[in-house]
Amino acid sequence: MADRHLEPDTPELRARWGTFAWTKENAAKVKEIIARYPAGRQRSAVMPLLDLAQRQVGAETNTQGWLPLPVMEYVATQLEMPIIRVVEVATFYFMYNLVPVGKFHVQVCGTTPCMLRGSDAIMAACKKRGMEKGHTTEDGLWTLTEVECMGNCASAPMVQINDDNYEDLTAERLDAVLDALAAGKMPKAGTQEPGRHTVEPLGGPTSLKDMVKANHDYRKEW
Amino acid sequence: MSLQDKDRIFTNLYGYQPWNLKAAQARGDWDNTKKILAKGKDAIIDEIKASGLRGRGGAGFPTGLKWSFMPKESKDGRPSFLVINADESEPGSCKDREIIRHDPHKLIEGALVAGFAMGARAAYIYIRGEYIREAQVLEAAVQEAYAAGLIGKNACKSGYDFDVFVHRGAGAYICGEETAMIESIEGKKGQPRLKPPFPAGAGLYGCPTTVNNVESIAVAPTIIRRGASWFSSFGRDNNKGTKLFQISGHVNKPCVVEEAMSIPFSELIEKHCGGITGGKDNLLAVIPGGSSVPLVPAAQIWDAPMDFDGLRDVGSGLGTAAVIVMDKSTDIVRAISRLSYFYKHESCGQCTPCREGTGWMWRVMERLRTGDADVGEIDMLWDVTKQVEGHTICALGDAAAWPIQGLIRHFRPELERRIADNVREAAE
Repeated sequence: MADRHLEPDTPELRARWGTFAWTKENAAKVKEIIARYPAGRQRSAVMPLLDLAQRQVGAETNTQGWLPLPVMEYVATQLEMPIIRVVEVATFYFMYNLVPVGKFHVQVCGTTPCMLRGSDAIMAACKKRGMEKGHTTEDGLWTLTEVECMGNCASAPMVQINDDNYEDLTAERLDAVLDALAAGKMPKAGTQEPGRHTVEPLGGPTSLKDMVKANHDYRKEW
Repeated sequence: MSLQDKDRIFTNLYGYQPWNLKAAQARGDWDNTKKILAKGKDAIIDEIKASGLRGRGGAGFPTGLKWSFMPKESKDGRPSFLVINADESEPGSCKDREIIRHDPHKLIEGALVAGFAMGARAAYIYIRGEYIREAQVLEAAVQEAYAAGLIGKNACKSGYDFDVFVHRGAGAYICGEETAMIESIEGKKGQPRLKPPFPAGAGLYGCPTTVNNVESIAVAPTIIRRGASWFSSFGRDNNKGTKLFQISGHVNKPCVVEEAMSIPFSELIEKHCGGITGGKDNLLAVIPGGSSVPLVPAAQIWDAPMDFDGLRDVGSGLGTAAVIVMDKSTDIVRAISRLSYFYKHESCGQCTPCREGTGWMWRVMERLRTGDADVGEIDMLWDVTKQVEGHTICALGDAAAWPIQGLIRHFRPELERRIADNVREAAE
């Protein structure tokens, strides 16, 4: 278990977030999300609603978003849950940010498969740009976190930045991605290895070659 | 003989072609699914049993048998649920991601077939929170399937009503444990439940539930279409079928690839991964089934068949078939210590031996890494792993213990060397 703490409950926090309410678009989404679960089981929607709330806070603050206590209370009221049950969920799952973060949340995978492929150099490249683990840079652009295995092991090392993964990284390739993001551009997500499509062996697949050019139907060969 | 392309199930594994319904149907998915359902529940379960399919999520429990534990009909009005485990978080594992983002309709069709066979009212697909783009694809594919009448009311015009819902996690490895996953869907912290009751008796919302891995579900329609004997023609007895292998670490070309079960390690590496970095002689050790299984030294892994029994025979396991390769440049103590950190980070905190033990083991591992330990602490660490193993509600405690046990079993001289070097340096 890792150390996690809530942003202090201050009058300023209340003043800023006490009036939080869903946008019209999100209110419609909330309705659809709650309908996925059986009647009376609306509590099941707490995770998707916290995610949605974090995203809405993110949109309002031009960051990845986080969960101020009044926002958690808003979700608790809507789902008829005691607030402590919502806080339990928010603190248990790592993707909920409990304190403000920057515009880009740079999450470097440091688990063994990425470590073997050079995640040390990726972490060093982040630090070289002034990022510090667990902190947001002064310009509010970058928050750096070392995360546990992200499931991109065959295209390691990788970082996840907000909603996108950047794989097969080197320090130079990461710099190019970060430069593009800082300049307001949308760098290509996925593998950064020239000539690689996804997780096939580099240089071209060793199986299913017919699929590269056409949507081959193998049933004729059964 | 090696696996031919026509016998591969996940033909769009690399995503060269679109994932959408039209393209998936052109590849053979959703092809007269009504006919499959018309065979009836028992026939489908019997076919899966006969195919020899064992769960692809790590434990390897026979899938058909698991389905047969579900009540044939509800005696008290409780519905049954299928929960699909897409919380792929085991370090080294990256196969379900490829199924979900490139072949999602195989999973959704499998959900219907499996859900029908076990009499489930709906399937919840629990996808790990970090798979953001993947979840978007999956949700869009589910919408396509609803719009085409393949799921929902009267699914595939079979007369069977079946819903599929996507539930996103939010970054907790423990939710891959089936009862933690159920807790999480119910809107709670993902802390595993004591068993019994088993999920098939009282699972999601207290209703009969079966939890299956993505790959186990996604292969089911193809097995029914091609027959149990086709699937069981691959692999050794008790280890049947095809399997997605994920090779990471020190190979020239890391990749995900579908191969026949029981393929020798050497063939897997030479054929698809361009060999070990620096050549065969540069291989140090392999973690053959994801971070939870003990490592295997080079000499023992090279000719081992990659299946449940073959890897058990070398003191390890197939797990999720996530093959982490380490060459001689690896700091093996650090590699395992980093896994200890992972388990410390991911322990849910419920059981004392795991909550306290994972942190304790990691701290000792770090001292062994730098050599700042006493030789006697190696045995002490071994003892602690034995006190954690088997003394927790779920298998996370075991999973934290096994990699360390594997390290001590095979690399004790390296641990002792570091301590001796450190003592000598201090003396100088």
